Amino acid sequence: MKHAQTQHRPKRYGMVIDLDKCTGCGACMVACFSENNVPFKADESDKRLSITWMKVYKVTNGESFPDTEVCYFPRPCQHCAGQHEGHSPCVSVCPATATDYSRETGIVSQIYTRCFGCRYCMGACPYHARYFNWWDPVWPKGMEQYLSPNVSPRMRGIVEKCSFCFHRYQLARDKAFTEDRRDLEENDYQTACTQACPAGAITFGDLNNPDHKVHQLAQPDVQHGYKAKNPHAFRLLERLGTNTKVYYLSSREWVRKAGDNYLPGEKPGAHGKDSSGH
Amino acid sequence: MKLSRRCFLSLVVGGAAGTALTPLPWKITDDLSIWSQNWPWTPVPPDGAGTYVDSTCTLCPGGCGISVRKIDDRAVKIEGIQGHPLNDGGICMLGLSGLQLLYGPTRVQAPLKRVGERGQGQWKTISWQQAIDEVADKLGDLRQQGKPEALGCIAPKDKGTVAQLMDRLMAAYGSPNFFRMPSVEDAYEAALYLTQGATGHAAFDVGNADFVLSFGSALLDGYGSPVRMFRANSKLKEVHGTVVQVEPRLSNTAAKADQWLPLHPGTEADLALAMANVIISQNAANNAFLDAQTEGFEAFSKMVQQRYSLETVSSRTGIEAAVIAEVALKFARAKKPLALCGRGKGQAPGSLKEALAIHALNALVGSINAEGGVTAMAAYDYIDWAEVVTDDVAAKGRQTPRVDGAGSAEYPNVRYLLNHLAYAADGIQALLVAEANPLYALPGSKDVKAAFDKIPFVVSFSSFFDETAMNADLILPNHVYLERYEDVPVTFGAGSPTVGLCRPVVEPLYATQHAGDTIIQVAKALQGSVAASFPWPDYQACLEQSLGSKWDALIEEGVWQDDAMDGGFETGSGKMALMNDSIGAVYMADGVALQGDAATYPLLLVPFDSMRLSSRYIGDPPFMVKTVSDRIVRGNDGFVEINPETAAKLSLADGQSAILTTPVGEARVKVSYYEGVMPGVVAMPRGLGHTAYDEFLAGKGVNVNQLVGSVDDPASGLDAAWGIRAKLA
Repeated sequence: MKHAQTQHRPKRYGMVIDLDKCTGCGACMVACFSENNVPFKADESDKRLSITWMKVYKVTNGESFPDTEVCYFPRPCQHCAGQHEGHSPCVSVCPATATDYSRETGIVSQIYTRCFGCRYCMGACPYHARYFNWWDPVWPKGMEQYLSPNVSPRMRGIVEKCSFCFHRYQLARDKAFTEDRRDLEENDYQTACTQACPAGAITFGDLNNPDHKVHQLAQPDVQHGYKAKNPHAFRLLERLGTNTKVYYLSSREWVRKAGDNYLPGEKPGAHGKDSSGH
Repeated sequence: MKLSRRCFLSLVVGGAAGTALTPLPWKITDDLSIWSQNWPWTPVPPDGAGTYVDSTCTLCPGGCGISVRKIDDRAVKIEGIQGHPLNDGGICMLGLSGLQLLYGPTRVQAPLKRVGERGQGQWKTISWQQAIDEVADKLGDLRQQGKPEALGCIAPKDKGTVAQLMDRLMAAYGSPNFFRMPSVEDAYEAALYLTQGATGHAAFDVGNADFVLSFGSALLDGYGSPVRMFRANSKLKEVHGTVVQVEPRLSNTAAKADQWLPLHPGTEADLALAMANVIISQNAANNAFLDAQTEGFEAFSKMVQQRYSLETVSSRTGIEAAVIAEVALKFARAKKPLALCGRGKGQAPGSLKEALAIHALNALVGSINAEGGVTAMAAYDYIDWAEVVTDDVAAKGRQTPRVDGAGSAEYPNVRYLLNHLAYAADGIQALLVAEANPLYALPGSKDVKAAFDKIPFVVSFSSFFDETAMNADLILPNHVYLERYEDVPVTFGAGSPTVGLCRPVVEPLYATQHAGDTIIQVAKALQGSVAASFPWPDYQACLEQSLGSKWDALIEEGVWQDDAMDGGFETGSGKMALMNDSIGAVYMADGVALQGDAATYPLLLVPFDSMRLSSRYIGDPPFMVKTVSDRIVRGNDGFVEINPETAAKLSLADGQSAILTTPVGEARVKVSYYEGVMPGVVAMPRGLGHTAYDEFLAGKGVNVNQLVGSVDDPASGLDAAWGIRAKLA
């Protein structure tokens, strides 16, 4: 069965991140922490344990001084659709349906009350976008006052990840409803990271909607697994067939190459097989 | 009935299979996951009415507009204000972390008086009345002894009602010793005064430039008004403008630039003057501007041609002559070129020669008072108070020379020389410190500590237990910015005069008091002419009165901005001076001599700035520390970045522990290989090595100010050290 979203077009929320503009400042990381009640410990230097729904990676071109170049990749959850709409790697393995794919929005949800912490999803995720609460979060006395009621604080034993600020989608839907509207404008629903980015490097919206900036920047090709038609756009580990919703733009070829694993001599964007087939 | 093994197994397997076909196991799994998650210590944030309050962030000099989301009385999220002239919706991670500062554990909750020795951290809570009386008594004594000039005060800026109230207190009291924390503003304002007769601030119209030549200015690492710089950089990308970043390390700014020009640290002024030489000799200068609006061009030309030839400077900087020439000409031929000055965030003043040289480059290409260029923004004068009332004690005190030598015959061009605190402290008996952390942030920490030890009475207005507060005798905690009203004039990094309104978002959490109120109360307690100079009943009245007609606009809009560009020059001739006797003296002065000898210390330690490490008054909140790479801090160990080639020569492996020694201090560090650092250079970030604050920040990494001392610029007395010689073993 193929659910290629070609008939009636539901929303496909996604992001385009312009790596030429991204400065590696990390504001997106902290905007996400603040928006989503992400916990913190005294020592966060072991990055395997540090919970960062949005994480900015630093990548280098491997050249020595003075030809060194460096680029930053903000990496939220990629909200993979998989080869058949809904077959995200994590959704496919969750035994508790604590994570699920929404065909209406394209967002991969994470339901904390269902998760019992087997971490199978963490093993399945190729992007290390999922994080486990090994310990109960502790907020220093007084700091619990800044917690937002729109996002449940998690306890130990729960996996958490970027939700494309789904609570903001819910709030936007509610607001539209009170204003007698059913459709959301592009600016009604934006993620915290997009909003905070001081360089304007992140764009968020409905990839299916030709009026939205993300559609215009990435130009996803519905017939070919939503691969970007924009030659400067690419997705992370695209050739795994995860069919992610986060597109990256870069004018530098080495950066585009850094987004996937290539054999020596292969050019970025090359596809051995057409990924829309299976 | 005897149960055979086969029967037993059939029963068990059949039972299990049957159960699996029922909903039971799935129901139990679901229930278990809920039952095991009902721990009462997981907070459930209460819901409530959602509102937004707009204010201005004061955590760095940038002045971004912030919109704070509240749920009932709690502030839950800080966001940027869409449409704000500086940040237009964007916000940096420090601004975003403000709530951790507001609600965090390092808040000073009431006025505190030291018991025990300084630094032991033992305090007695006192009332505000008692606190004011203590200060007034000590200050009153000094006045009675006829030594009002022995009062000093340190503030991060000298504009805005709070800073100006402190300055007014000093004036009425009788002391000239108001210190502003050092920054590139010190050098740039001197350059503006010498060349244009202007007393004000440099306004860089980065957003409209099409070619930015940055001499180490961290456009994307916190320079000026950081978010404004980010937006300008993004705009430059969109219009296919050019950014050339000149610095010894591949910073984020350099990584995003169109061209990175690595150079030997400290040779930026030479490079600028060599480029000036090329522009002049290749006839690429803006002659229309030069002829009409400048004077001293011939003398300036002669100087650069004689002393800054391409060959000489190429070997000094390590940049090929052809590259210097190419960049200089591209800069000159751009439509709207702009040269920027101030290393990193601009925390260190740098040499006056460097500021003059880079400003001269802007003049050569006609980017003075032009769109996309640099303008001398008049100093803020919206605060127009009556003359200070002075008595004889005050009049006499005001006449005494400043203890730091600023403005004297030896250091005529500068206003503040806090880097001279080591000997200036001899003349200080009482020190007030507000919104600043000099014990941490000033270079040469050992000397700074020794200076503070000489001062018998230190009062901190800090809202947090920072290093300076921990070593003070009295802490009179200010409200955090989210709890107070204040005017926020942006002095460095704005493109035009911009004043934001800092507005309270929440009621003060603790028994803190607005620093403005504290100053007014101290003044009143001193009585006489000092009290007479402070006629306002409290700070709020002072603020509203001072802003006058602008108050209503500020309450309404949150920010006011003047587009006024200063049109002319305030020199005698009405022209901009490229060269004259004063300027010539600066260009002819000796270069800055780093401490230490190259034989003992073969490397150069250079500090660098990062958006993720706050290095001024505010210490990193936990959210920010969380984002710091494990190649900067791991556990409590701080890393230094070093070129792999250099490291190999020193037999240092990547990740290895080593001792970094400079003429000023030593520290244990770990080695991080980074190809983006010039050979021979060791780079260390500012913002780490705190000894105060809480377990989220304290004890992590090394404070680079412990290792780098300040070095006087012979021409101005400003701290012009760009680093220090070092060895790593």
